[in-house]
Amino acid sequence: MNDLEHLLGGAGRQGSDGTDPALARLRAELIRRAAERNLLDVAYRTVDSPVGALLLAATPAGLVRVAYAREDHDAVLAALAERVSPRILSAPARLDEAARQLDDYFGHRRHAFDLPVDLRLARGFRRTVLEHLPDVAYGRTVSYAQLAAEVGNPRAVRAVGTACATNPLPLVIPCHRVVRGDGTPGGYIGGPDTKLVLLDLERSG
Amino acid sequence: MAVVTPLTVPASARRRANARRRGPGPTSRIVAVARWSVVSLPPFDRVVTEHGRVVLRVCRALLPQHDAEDAAADTFLAALEAYPRLRPDSDVKAWLVTIAHRKAVDVLRRRTRHAVPVAEVPERPDDRQPTTPDERLWLAVRALPDKQRHAVAYHYVADMAYAEVAAVMGTTEAAARRNAADGIKALRRGYPPDPPSTEETTP
Repeated sequence: MNDLEHLLGGAGRQGSDGTDPALARLRAELIRRAAERNLLDVAYRTVDSPVGALLLAATPAGLVRVAYAREDHDAVLAALAERVSPRILSAPARLDEAARQLDDYFGHRRHAFDLPVDLRLARGFRRTVLEHLPDVAYGRTVSYAQLAAEVGNPRAVRAVGTACATNPLPLVIPCHRVVRGDGTPGGYIGGPDTKLVLLDLERSG
Repeated sequence: MAVVTPLTVPASARRRANARRRGPGPTSRIVAVARWSVVSLPPFDRVVTEHGRVVLRVCRALLPQHDAEDAAADTFLAALEAYPRLRPDSDVKAWLVTIAHRKAVDVLRRRTRHAVPVAEVPERPDDRQPTTPDERLWLAVRALPDKQRHAVAYHYVADMAYAEVAAVMGTTEAAARRNAADGIKALRRGYPPDPPSTEETTP
């Protein structure tokens, strides 16, 4: 008797693997139309990497966020919704170039990233520090104190540490190359082990 | 929807006033802030994940497949545009269905304006000869009179309460209930039961 109501409600109509071709078409069409109308404020995707799953997010201006799994990708997306815009869609193709360059980096085929970046999540002194970081060459390291001196504020060692710890674009902006004065790696937004992996990768690359 | 936030509920206002009188209370302010931050808007992608299927099905119940997918994409595009202004505690499904309703009515109106008047809206080949149970079902729903079709789509397909259905259709709750009941009755008469399950299990 209630079969008809169940059918209308969509009971048992989902594919066993949870995929739905009509829903996939809807997403693709929505992304296309949203981009056309300038409504895709944040596009994102995740990629696998030797240091775990990475979340990549971009605004029309450029890459705005790279996040490690330990940062909790859902929490990162929620923060982007609040700080940038809630108009956020999973749109993997829009991050293909960033994904390719990261893949090249992990494969020792790339030493510097050539991507438009959107640094709106970093302000003031933190932003100054981040803008200076790409000058630290691949395979090299710099101490927090050295970096503070280089950005013209030698007493701001702690602030440099904070800038690195809150880097919205780890890997692409190489805060992993900033280490302690005694040569030990120090903390990292992706975890101390990840920092070691990256420093090793760059030494062997 | 009343424009009332947790912070302006009289009870909490009273609690805050009491807290002020007592000096810095232990929890009242923090509780208010925590409740407020819980209701910020999630990324729009979650709206698509959570409600994409139901909006597609509602559109399928109202329009032929090609038009339905177009209307569903249009619905989400309009929703995406308006999303930053949506009150975080809104009923998102009802909001989307309201937009879908308008999109579907637009499509149907355009058709009746431009097309030669015929008894049945011309269907694409995939709709004329429905091959899956879903398509046969949608064909039967679309053959219902307008009000019944809408009421069935919103109450049975979108699983909305009659009060919400009435709000979407701009009618009374009693009329929405009657339309849905009449629609289901007509479907029971006209929609043949599923054939043996072989068709069901093949993708």
